[in-house]
Amino acid sequence: MKHLWFHLMPYTELPDDFREQNPSVWVDIHSRLFDPERAHYMYNDFMDEMEYAAEVGFDAVCCNEHHSNGYGLMPSPNLIASALARRANPDTALCVMGNSLALYNPPTRVAEEFAMIDCISGGRLIAGFPVGSPMDTCYAYGQNPSLLRERYLEAHDLVMRAWTEPDTFAFNGRFNQQRYINIWPRPVQKPHPPVWIPGGGSVETWRWCAEMDYVYCYLSYFGYKAGLQTMQGFWEEMKRLGKEPNPYRAGFLQFVGVAETEEEAYRLYREPAEYFYGRCLHIDPRFAAPPGYTTEATQRAGIQSQVANAALQNRKALQVSRSAREFDAILDNGYVIIGTPDQVADKLRQVIRDLRFGQLMLLLQFGNMDKQLAKYNSRLYAEQVMPQLQDVWSEWENHWWPTPMAAADRAAPDPIAHRAVAAE
Amino acid sequence: MDMASPPPAVDHVDVNGEPCRVWRKGSGRPLAFLAGHGGLPKWPAFLDRLAESHEVVAPSIPGYPGGLGHTKLVDHLDWVLAVRDLLNGCGLEGGDTLLAGSGPGASFALEVAALWPHKVDRLALIAPWGLFDEAEPMTDPWGQRIPELPGMLCADPENWNALKAAPEGANSVEWPIEQTRALEASARAFWPLGNSGLEKRLGRVRAPALLLWGAEDRILPRSYGERIAAGLGGPASLQAIDGAGHLAELDRPAEVAEAIRAFFA
Repeated sequence: MKHLWFHLMPYTELPDDFREQNPSVWVDIHSRLFDPERAHYMYNDFMDEMEYAAEVGFDAVCCNEHHSNGYGLMPSPNLIASALARRANPDTALCVMGNSLALYNPPTRVAEEFAMIDCISGGRLIAGFPVGSPMDTCYAYGQNPSLLRERYLEAHDLVMRAWTEPDTFAFNGRFNQQRYINIWPRPVQKPHPPVWIPGGGSVETWRWCAEMDYVYCYLSYFGYKAGLQTMQGFWEEMKRLGKEPNPYRAGFLQFVGVAETEEEAYRLYREPAEYFYGRCLHIDPRFAAPPGYTTEATQRAGIQSQVANAALQNRKALQVSRSAREFDAILDNGYVIIGTPDQVADKLRQVIRDLRFGQLMLLLQFGNMDKQLAKYNSRLYAEQVMPQLQDVWSEWENHWWPTPMAAADRAAPDPIAHRAVAAE
Repeated sequence: MDMASPPPAVDHVDVNGEPCRVWRKGSGRPLAFLAGHGGLPKWPAFLDRLAESHEVVAPSIPGYPGGLGHTKLVDHLDWVLAVRDLLNGCGLEGGDTLLAGSGPGASFALEVAALWPHKVDRLALIAPWGLFDEAEPMTDPWGQRIPELPGMLCADPENWNALKAAPEGANSVEWPIEQTRALEASARAFWPLGNSGLEKRLGRVRAPALLLWGAEDRILPRSYGERIAAGLGGPASLQAIDGAGHLAELDRPAEVAEAIRAFFA
């Protein structure tokens, strides 16, 4: 079982009346809410938290890409990953989850920057390739929703060739034409870093992951209960395609809050959770579904299941919209799992088995949680939850984990000794 | 559809190997109409009015209801060629075509008139897309909350709702997908600003043009009509339609049809 510590880097000081006074946390969130000097502290806190997570023994630290987003301050996750590659715990993998391929012009940039991170880290990169949300891609970055997936797939092909072809080559795509592609540097990992695909519940994505032998990650903010159906769909499709049911083919995201007692957990994690579900997910629905973003096959599947379960769906939707911003409902819905280390371990063991995944991505900092609490949560998880789950899936091999250079062969950064330098 | 009037004749034209529906009704001098945003899932009353004095030919732009093949089109030249092939496929190859259109359809009509000036005799255009003015931005026609969209497109939202409501017996799965596909087709050609660079080609249009603008258009300011009229290479006039929104032909079918018929007479 792999435990990956994931940071969204939320702006932690959205006002109490954010929902009432602002249409959206994403795309057109107002710049007056952003204080760069406060963000200076936030970024440094967040990176402290990620370095700490690496230090206490998480298998990987993860970052991701968002644009014009009040809960995701990482337009460039590669900047964060490169900083971690240098001095964070060298035993920790770096999961960039990831670069939205259609947004890079040319996508050669992704091949280059990921190769840089892989070289700096000595081969510890997990390369994530999301299509990207509608808010990020079609609205904040103005990409055409009807062409987004074609651009994404073409960019993927370009990056793969850039990583693997030894000679300079010409790429003659529909959207990208380059006479000379020859990236320097090249990735340490051969033939290329492991590729993970964060996606929704689309059958096309599942099939593509199976065909390419990539990890499929379901990164929902709505926890294990809402995720069950999607993960079951994924495994049914893998079975249909004759793929080995290796749980490491799948990743899943879960919010978790650990404390000494159940009461303490409730007290500590209530505010950050309500901040996240109340303010950070306040997204104007006008940005949710640009026409063409969702393929017709996925629309068709969605409409058919709605027609079949119309009454059930309506009831569910009502329940979520009524209550899901209050902590009790957040817990009831399974968005966040809280408890003592034993309670959390028991619950996660069941969730991991039910949904069947080997790559567990954990949001242990969420909403406006401060550094002290994020570290406390991370340490308790690493010291008291993780050991209880180490045996899970030990019968399977994780083929999708980075294969770094041997530790003894890797560079050790010089210690920084400011006073010594000054004296030289 | 007005139940009292007979339905149009239905035919298909292949564009890039994909079938596009062509409706025909009426008799008289042929008049082609290229639909506005959302396309024509139903034959509208507006075309019945035109069919009183013309043979109305209404071909479906690829991706609009009745037309497939939008995913084969990538750049704007692909789109313009597809529309030209569509018109040619309808037998409108001569120089006497009366060409009408709305929104994206009006924009393509202008492109055809600009690139092949000899094809088009006269143009009647309802709020054509294709330009963008930072001082008066076109409203985002895609990034709207679903319940608010009808009131953005029509002065009376019920006119949009009536056009888009699934008729009895329609396929409950395919009907909504067809409506989304129409919005996607407009997006594919005009995302994100509606600006196709048409402005620099306007001077090539020689055909006399009538521009019609809903007085309550919430998508495109009337100033776009003034800029288009000023940029056209032939004579142009701009006429407001009272009580109409962006899809003026849905809000005021009789007035819009009457203005077009008078101009084409």
